[in-house]
Amino acid sequence: MAVTAQDIDIGRTGSAGSGGEAANEDPALAALFKAYVVCATVWLLFGTAVGLLLAFKFGAPDFWAAKYLTFGRLRPIHTNDVFYGFASLGLVGTALYVTARSCGTRLYSTRLAWIGLWLFNIAALAGTIALDLGYNWGDLEYREWPWPIRLVFFIALLVTVWNLLATIARRSSHDIYLSNWYIIGGFLWTCVICLVAILPWYQKGLGQVAISGYFMHNAVGMWFTPLALGLFYYAIPKVLNRPIYSYALGVLAFWTNLIFYPMLGGHHFLFSPLPWWLQTTAIICSVGMLIPVLGGSANYLLTMRGRYHGRIESYPLAFLFIGVLGYLIGSTQGTVEALRSLQAMWHFTSFTVGHSHLTMYGFVTFAVWGGIYALLPLATGKNPGRLGVAMHFWLALVGVTIYVVALSIGGSIQGLDWIRGLPFIQSVMDMKPYYLWRGVGGILMFLSHIVFAWNVWRMTAGQPGNAPSPIMEPEGEVAA
Amino acid sequence: MNNMTRKMWAIFGGALALYVVIVLLIAVIPAIVESRIPPGPGVVPLTPLQEEGRQVFASNGCDYCHTQQVRPIPADKVFGRPSAPGDFAYQTPELLGSERTGPDLTNVGQAKPSDVWQYIHLYDPRAVVPESIMPNFKFLFRVVDQLPAGETAVPVPAAFAPKTGHVIPTQKAKALVAYLLSLKQATIPGYVPPAAATPAAAPAAAAGAAPAAAGGYAYDAGKGKSLFEANCSACHQSTGEGVPGAFPPLKGNAAVDNADPTLHLHTILHGASGVTIGGVKYTSVMPPFAGTLSDDDIANIANYERSSWGNHAKPVTADDVKALRASGK
Ligand code: HEC
Ligand code: HEC
Ligand code: HEM
Ligand code: HEM
Repeated sequence: MAVTAQDIDIGRTGSAGSGGEAANEDPALAALFKAYVVCATVWLLFGTAVGLLLAFKFGAPDFWAAKYLTFGRLRPIHTNDVFYGFASLGLVGTALYVTARSCGTRLYSTRLAWIGLWLFNIAALAGTIALDLGYNWGDLEYREWPWPIRLVFFIALLVTVWNLLATIARRSSHDIYLSNWYIIGGFLWTCVICLVAILPWYQKGLGQVAISGYFMHNAVGMWFTPLALGLFYYAIPKVLNRPIYSYALGVLAFWTNLIFYPMLGGHHFLFSPLPWWLQTTAIICSVGMLIPVLGGSANYLLTMRGRYHGRIESYPLAFLFIGVLGYLIGSTQGTVEALRSLQAMWHFTSFTVGHSHLTMYGFVTFAVWGGIYALLPLATGKNPGRLGVAMHFWLALVGVTIYVVALSIGGSIQGLDWIRGLPFIQSVMDMKPYYLWRGVGGILMFLSHIVFAWNVWRMTAGQPGNAPSPIMEPEGEVAA
Repeated sequence: MNNMTRKMWAIFGGALALYVVIVLLIAVIPAIVESRIPPGPGVVPLTPLQEEGRQVFASNGCDYCHTQQVRPIPADKVFGRPSAPGDFAYQTPELLGSERTGPDLTNVGQAKPSDVWQYIHLYDPRAVVPESIMPNFKFLFRVVDQLPAGETAVPVPAAFAPKTGHVIPTQKAKALVAYLLSLKQATIPGYVPPAAATPAAAPAAAAGAAPAAAGGYAYDAGKGKSLFEANCSACHQSTGEGVPGAFPPLKGNAAVDNADPTLHLHTILHGASGVTIGGVKYTSVMPPFAGTLSDDDIANIANYERSSWGNHAKPVTADDVKALRASGK
């Protein structure tokens, strides 16, 4: 028999409406969840302030060009901090909460979770400092930190997954809720990814290129993606107060994701001297990814069926909805992008940067925000104001849309310039207006993050109450 | 182990084991195989100085804007022959890159073999390429009042130079430039570039198709200009005025604005260094283009130069280039 988040969580506490009781029930968990969210918010503000500065430098390359502020040192700081500071902490924080609640039990060890938080923060901080001092491991994207720092991150993962597994072992029902499949899967796979990326013996020259391709898309596909999907499986039914549309579809998406995703890394080096079979496998698996992507997205959207008006009434749901769309559109875009004929145009262009933000921002970041707005008030009993959440939502949505559209058009022009054999500098000049629009989108996005920080303040340190609970009223048809 | 934990390990153990198998097949084993690829013919390890420069390159994130891999597709022909697996044997960590905000650097030691150009460009990219959005790397240079013995000042154009003092490269800048100049593709014996191609070929579109009769010159003016911008203007500048003390002007240049095109064409085909032009001795290097540009392209560029910026010399033909190329000198 399929279990739903409701059976276990809402059913047990009987508190679909106000979140106050949940907080009283497990204050240690609430404190922990709060701390993870606050840290994630700080990293978001810092990481995207750097991102905005980078965007500005495309128009003003001499601005702050000193050693510690040069583009090439700040860029990996931006990417690593939003990855391992913001998105990871946000997803780990919600995962701890989701696992404990959906297992109807307390966390195995609050202490281990605090240790994990410290380790994640130490790694991100040390990584930032190292990169700024110029200790960059070969500009290998998303694994630039010197290896001892990546080891700290790895230990943080081990500590956390141990804690989560021990929590699941104590669950109150026989079934393991879907969210936990994705969450635990994400952690275990990422432990493997870390090891593969750190160990040096078998990656030399072109061999290292094979690992770089593997690493880049496995970090996003086997870490951020499953954690965000796991969060969807808990938060969407929770907010809607109805079970997930299909448990079986969720299981299918889980296994197909596991089979296809790891193999598509080669698409980062299409047309490179890597073996042709590796590149072709990557392209085939990029197409195969349509199964879990369409299956997963359909499952979420069908869960929302008939409650579309609720997307406007409930901002947590609106964030989650955009997250699902970001996943659907971004991944489908990825599939198209991986085809050889289109790679010939888009590879190496800013189009890729558009894809990165459509997925990491439109999907992962919106998922994190949706999860926080849906669940944090339940833990703390404090709500953000409706206006604040609305401002955050619209600024971020309009901003990222401008960002992605501008780079998609600009990147295509860049690619066509190269195909037509124009002098290289022509492509630099043609990108000017699109870099500018990217900056405009970036400003709106960054403003939204400031509003978000204010909302987090109200959900953690503010007054209790002050807005209705994120949970919607149940409908008559909700299955038991 | 009770029933509940058994179920947990079944799901998660299965998912982990399956993943490990996939990773071995798709990443680890290919990496082991690819790591053993021997260096290609002529591929040599870097010297310690060049290796130090490679570190400076990675530390300062040059790789986020510059790739070092040439794909076997037409758009990449300008950067050289397609990269071969043996090219990367000595490159750990790899610097293939994933974005081309700036051009590919696989062959930059061939395209810009002049250390002076590299120094000026690093000091301020806009001093030689006005539209550039590459950041300046002034922090790799020092400004001194007295030139230390054995140091040569970088001839930064006045508009971009500090008001007083000389610009000299630090050890890091010297290492970086040594590395950049080492970036040349090794020739693969027997590799024939597609149709002695027109690698830096300009688009037919921009040319306005038919040869334009620019001021009585029957040649493809659009193509000539475009090829000049792609291959020559970084040093000689779009204005044809060059960079004082570093790169000679082509405007009013005795070799260009001359009825006898031999020296003009010879310089383009075979490059030059240490020549005195207009009373100034140039120590920096002019690269040879015999290997990358076709006779037609060279004729187009030469005619563009011979008819621009007030120059008015007799046009050349592709046959002139061909004859000079055949003479081998
Ligand atoms: C923000 C992106 C960016 C960064 C970072 C960057 N560059 Fe560039 N680079 C460019 C652009 C754009 C051009 C083309 C315009 C020009 O020639 O300046 C270029 C051109 C070049 C060229 C000339 C290539 C040719 O074939 O004409 C060299 C050499 C170069 N860069 C080296 C470097 C080095 C070394 C670093 C690091 C110290 C670096 N670049 C960092 C953007 C960048
Ligand atoms: C890396 C910089 C660089 C590039 C690129 C470059 N040149 Fe030069 N060029 C020089 C230098 C330096 C000299 C002076 C000769 C010497 O090196 O002593 C020169 C000299 C010349 C001369 C004058 C020869 C004389 O004796 O008066 C001509 C003509 C010329 N270049 C044409 C070209 C053309 C055409 C191109 C493009 C196809 C080109 N150059 C690209 C650096 C460059
Ligand atoms: C204010 C918001 C943001 C701005 C203005 C911004 C800006 C930028 C800029 C300018 C770059 C460099 C692009 C280049 O080199 O061409 C970049 C890269 C990147 N950013 Fe952001 N960013 C923002 C938020 C985020 C967030 C929240 C994430 C992830 C959660 C993110 C993930 C990335 C990634 C993965 C890259 C590397 C892209 C690639 O190599 O394809 N960014 N960003
Ligand atoms: C079916 C799913 C997907 C496919 C087939 C796919 C495909 C691709 C391809 C082909 C590239 C390389 C582009 C290039 O270099 O030219 C790429 C880059 C990237 N993708 Fe995806 N994508 C998918 C989903 C996602 C998701 C869900 C995320 C985020 C969670 C994501 C994040 C990224 C990032 C960050 C990059 C930039 C890597 C870099 O160059 O630094 N992708 N993707």
